Amino acid sequence: MIEVRDVRKNFGTQEVLRGVSLRIETGEAVVIIGRSGGGKSILLKHLIGLLQPDVGEVLVDGRDLAHLSERELLKVRRKFGMLFQGAALFDSQTVYENVSFVLRREGRHTKGEIDKLVAEALSMVELSGIEQKKPAELSGGMRKRVGLARAIVYRPEILLYDEPTTGLDPVAGDRIDKLIRRVWDNLNVTSIAVTHDMKSARTISNRILMLHEGRIYAEGPTASLLASTDPVVYNFVNGISLDATGHA
Amino acid sequence: MAMLQGITSGLNGLGELILMAGEAIRSVRYRRPNWHDLLVQLHFVGVKSQSVVLTTGAATGMVLCAQTFFQFHKVKMDTATGAVVSVGMSSELGPVLAALMLTGRVGGAMAAELGTMKVTEQIDALRTLATHPVDYLVVPRLMALLLAAPLLTAQSVVIGIFASYLVGTRLLGIDGAYYLANMVKFTSPLDVVTGLIKSLMFGGIIALVSCYKGLDTRGGAEGVGRATTEAVVVSSIAILISNFFLTLFLTRLFKGV
Repeated sequence: MIEVRDVRKNFGTQEVLRGVSLRIETGEAVVIIGRSGGGKSILLKHLIGLLQPDVGEVLVDGRDLAHLSERELLKVRRKFGMLFQGAALFDSQTVYENVSFVLRREGRHTKGEIDKLVAEALSMVELSGIEQKKPAELSGGMRKRVGLARAIVYRPEILLYDEPTTGLDPVAGDRIDKLIRRVWDNLNVTSIAVTHDMKSARTISNRILMLHEGRIYAEGPTASLLASTDPVVYNFVNGISLDATGHA
Repeated sequence: MAMLQGITSGLNGLGELILMAGEAIRSVRYRRPNWHDLLVQLHFVGVKSQSVVLTTGAATGMVLCAQTFFQFHKVKMDTATGAVVSVGMSSELGPVLAALMLTGRVGGAMAAELGTMKVTEQIDALRTLATHPVDYLVVPRLMALLLAAPLLTAQSVVIGIFASYLVGTRLLGIDGAYYLANMVKFTSPLDVVTGLIKSLMFGGIIALVSCYKGLDTRGGAEGVGRATTEAVVVSSIAILISNFFLTLFLTRLFKGV
């Protein structure tokens, strides 16, 4: 279970998070939506301890990440897998080396076991047989799928997705969405994504939180939030911009 | 006001660099090093830098020999040329010039590589994969430079002295036997040890400053360029300034001067 209590974060004079509170139960599939540059990715990075809040608490299974050292955070992060917006594959390494990174570092598995786990993870993201390719040889969609394989290969309990469909064509985006859904269904994980892609949000979540002006503005089951008549939620979900006078 | 901000920012950076160095030392003491990563870095830092460092050593030895000869010839001290070259190369020019070449070739590349990893979120990805960036990125680079810098310096000094011998005896007409005899007579093993200790320190400076600048990169391509430049400039200045104090300290320590 993840609980965020009144988290505030500033970068210089810019207030990005102005008191975010939320709670995500084990096994949920949650999407956080909001405008670009609104702090969604910043919030996601707080959940895994990549950023520390200026004020507030981030509790993962009852432990406050804000008070842990980087070495202690490494142990907590073993519960997490994260897919980055640009996949963040290690470009000097092959697909096999990327996907097997954690398993090789831990040294708890034999070479044969690692090969099997990597093959399973790549098969789950429908990319079998590309183990020896370098990230530069892959398309954007394939890089994201390899990033997903790297995140799931060590069976984390919580998966974080930072803008999983951004920069992909609609077909590649749909494929990623279906994979995220399948991973959630098959691996029994807690799934948390941030996105401004409403089609994606509809596919991969059971519950949606909306971040607006640095706070959680609205939340609810996917269908009901997407059908909300609240003007802020409605305009965002339907992609309606307002002019300076507040008219559509 | 801007100057005060600059000083504050510099001190802040120095503090963070020292913390990173402490983390690297703890990592070396308590964690099993990754031999594969260390070998990769040793190959990059040591093997691939040889041509640059050896050329620098040879050119420096040659020009130092020629210039010393031109001055000493006026007072009929031609045969002392070898001693000046040997002491100068072993304790000062060898370690400093090898370190400056390493800064340009290796330090810049390290800062650029780590900076690019930072701006493409690969460092964050490492952290999510339960890996400390200091363990995985800084320690192999630091160890490689600590091992390779003294060895490269030794090579550079040897090739520099050999080149100076050729220039002195074949081109400038100094008697080879006197050249070598004076060189051996006036060069103390402590001159060589001083140079090697300096090169060890310089290797540490290059690795720590370059890794710190790389990991501290902000912004996109512009940030990587800035980090690379700063790594080279800060390392070079730190090497030149620390060389003066190391000369004073080590000479006093070894020779009581």
